[in-house]
Amino acid sequence: MFDGDMATLLNNMAAQATLGLINGAFYAMLSMGLAVIFGMLNVINFTHGAQYMMGAFAAWLMLTELNIPFWAALVLAPIVVGLFGVLIEKLMLKRIYHLDHLYGFLLTFGLALVIQGLFQWQWGSSGAPYPAPIPGGTNLGYMYIPTYRGFVVIAALVICLATWYGIERTRLGAYLRAATENPTLVRAFGINVPRLITLTYGLGVGLAALAGVLAAPIYQVSSLMGANLVLIVFAVVVIGGMGSIMGSIVTGFALGMIEGMTKVLYPPAANTVIFVVMAIVLLVKPAGLFGQTR
Amino acid sequence: MADPLLKVKDLQAWYGESHILHGVDFEIGRGELVTLLGRNGAGKTTTLKSIMGIVGNRTGSVAFNGKETVGRPSDFIARQGIAYCPEERGIFSSLNVEENLLLPPQVQQGGMSLDEIYKLFPNLLERRRSQGTKLSGGEQQMLAIGRILRTGANLLLFDEPTEGLAPVIVQRIGEVIRQLKTRGFTILLVEQNFHFAATVADRHYVMENGRMVDTVTAAEAAASLDKLQAYLGV
Amino acid sequence: MSLQSQRENRLPLALPWAIALAAVALAAPWVIYPVFLMKTLCYALFACSFNLLLGYAGLMSFGHAMFFGMAAYFYGHVVKEWHWPAELGLLTGVLGAAALGLVTGVLAIRRQGIYFAMITLAFAQMVYFLCVQMPFTHGEDGLQGIPRKPLLFIPTENDMVLYYWVLAIFLFGYLAIYRFIHSPFGQVLKAIRDNEQRAVSLGYEADRYKLLAFVLSAALAGLAGSTEAMVLHFATLTDVSADTSGTVVLMALIGGLGTISGPVVGAFVVVAMGDYLAFIGQLVLVLQGAIFVVIVLAFRKGVVGEISDWWRRRQAKRA
Repeated sequence: MFDGDMATLLNNMAAQATLGLINGAFYAMLSMGLAVIFGMLNVINFTHGAQYMMGAFAAWLMLTELNIPFWAALVLAPIVVGLFGVLIEKLMLKRIYHLDHLYGFLLTFGLALVIQGLFQWQWGSSGAPYPAPIPGGTNLGYMYIPTYRGFVVIAALVICLATWYGIERTRLGAYLRAATENPTLVRAFGINVPRLITLTYGLGVGLAALAGVLAAPIYQVSSLMGANLVLIVFAVVVIGGMGSIMGSIVTGFALGMIEGMTKVLYPPAANTVIFVVMAIVLLVKPAGLFGQTR
Repeated sequence: MADPLLKVKDLQAWYGESHILHGVDFEIGRGELVTLLGRNGAGKTTTLKSIMGIVGNRTGSVAFNGKETVGRPSDFIARQGIAYCPEERGIFSSLNVEENLLLPPQVQQGGMSLDEIYKLFPNLLERRRSQGTKLSGGEQQMLAIGRILRTGANLLLFDEPTEGLAPVIVQRIGEVIRQLKTRGFTILLVEQNFHFAATVADRHYVMENGRMVDTVTAAEAAASLDKLQAYLGV
Repeated sequence: MSLQSQRENRLPLALPWAIALAAVALAAPWVIYPVFLMKTLCYALFACSFNLLLGYAGLMSFGHAMFFGMAAYFYGHVVKEWHWPAELGLLTGVLGAAALGLVTGVLAIRRQGIYFAMITLAFAQMVYFLCVQMPFTHGEDGLQGIPRKPLLFIPTENDMVLYYWVLAIFLFGYLAIYRFIHSPFGQVLKAIRDNEQRAVSLGYEADRYKLLAFVLSAALAGLAGSTEAMVLHFATLTDVSADTSGTVVLMALIGGLGTISGPVVGAFVVVAMGDYLAFIGQLVLVLQGAIFVVIVLAFRKGVVGEISDWWRRRQAKRA
């Protein structure tokens, strides 16, 4: 009898851990985007959640208004939202780099309110469904998982690793890493650093939008989807520290799984477990698990 | 001087409210190696930074190859063919040695190839995969020098390349700089170590309080040793 | 420009102006709806507590609603369920908020600047989720029907009477902040804010001072929250929400970060906006966001800061 319960428990935990991987995929993608933007611009992009939401909306609008299918939206939406990000950087962020970093936080917070408010006003706050582009499911033995969600986890891993590779192993990535450390010197070598900064923000925003497109078939498209998520992602970022890309990726996936397993072991704490982990990390390693104190 | 590579006239520069350069005038001919001598705080580094365009506010004229560069951003200036080796070396810790070397883009033809640079600095070849900042002081200085040789820039600005280094490395750097001069690079060298400067330079300029106060050719230098030592506060 | 003003941007308050202001404050409930005024005073105190932390400890808390809201819940619970008198209710709110401030402060102070803001935001979110689930808050319904209890034996059912009590509470809090700032303690805090390393090298334990400022700020926010619950008869999830945390930042921003009187101005503007523009519904958020953006880009000194500057320039011209 006990074995039966144990088996069920393990079964549930495995199932929740797998589902947690899905949440974790989004935590990883979004915290990675935040880390990249913070590294180059020294700005905490509060707007990240709203840009994620815009990506999801872009995909939904493309489908319902323009009959553009998911796979095309996966490419187009990040470009559209990314360009919007470029606009924000050039018109607004560029003007405040010389100020205290908290102003960047306030500015992006304000922008998030504006964007979210407009979407909420136009489309309300209830969610719209988006059809899953890959139908059906797979039986993993301990659970039945919709194929699309499995795809999302793999896609997220690919995206994260591709971003990591792009930053750590390519020439452009080297420019980015160097400019993060010493922008003045990099510019004195002939590299157009302001343009590099704009590009970085655009890419970070595009990444958020890409996550949004991937999220649409899973979480329903609503104007509030970013707001709920961004606060959790902040906690993830504090836990991981913003020192490394790999750190954000690992932390994101890990916390997703921990959250999932908490749902089985102690459901009332599921919502808050990430914050509890944050509190513990702050006690033990304030700079974050992978962070260097800035 | 007819057709100097660099002609600086009445250059003034500020860091915020501090007025550092009060009107600097000098010229460098093609293929020359010229040094800026002077005490700490005389304005030597600020002069280099002003030429490179990375100081706050500057007025006056800095003409490179006949083209005015005051008021242009530093990436524009670099692309004209000027390269800067800063006093603090500026080796990037998030890049390895080879990535550091490959970072500055080629702005013109005529730069040294990666192989040639490795030949000049063999111990960089050995350590090419090491993290940039894990190198010793001398190796980092060589990396900082090697980095700008690939770009094709023909005016090289060196800020105190021998500072804090052991004599045997200082000698090596002197050899390298002489080789660079033979290859046709034009070099502006800021130095506090007059003995080192004397072994490589065609001419010396002396700076004090943000102005040029004297100029001495290599030939005259030996005779003016006392005067120069007085300028340097030695 | 640093986030906190380098000089104290004080409103030029000569005696005749102060008397006029007092007269306005005393006469106001006869002219303007008293509940609106009381709500504004609560938020003004709340915003002042936020600004104390920012202007004097250099710490921007993006989760201040947790102190405000929890105190409101504490007040509501002890007064309604346990039938405690209002005075004890207020005290409970204040002490509860201070305790919460101590616990979160110890952890949050370990980081600075942006990280501090994110940590306070995260903790506040945690408190929010806990409030959603805890039975004593009644979740989505909120804690309704908090009765008006007499204060110092004076019945408070009448909004006009309560107004003067709320005004007194506000003034008490405001003066507490003023005294704190001008105390030796406040001076040390300012030194830490301006140059922490030097203060530490002089032997001051910066973290302890910052923590004390944080707890004090939390306590005052708690006073504001308890008072609000007292006035409005209810405490809801909105009071602990991220929206409210954002609102108080907006108030401080509009008034002028790091100024003492700024938050009061900011509170008036924001509460008035919320009430009188309620008909535009969701667009209020858009408006608030737009104000954030415009202020950060163009009017960083806020209303009080800009007026102070204008006044100073006028004085300089006269001299």
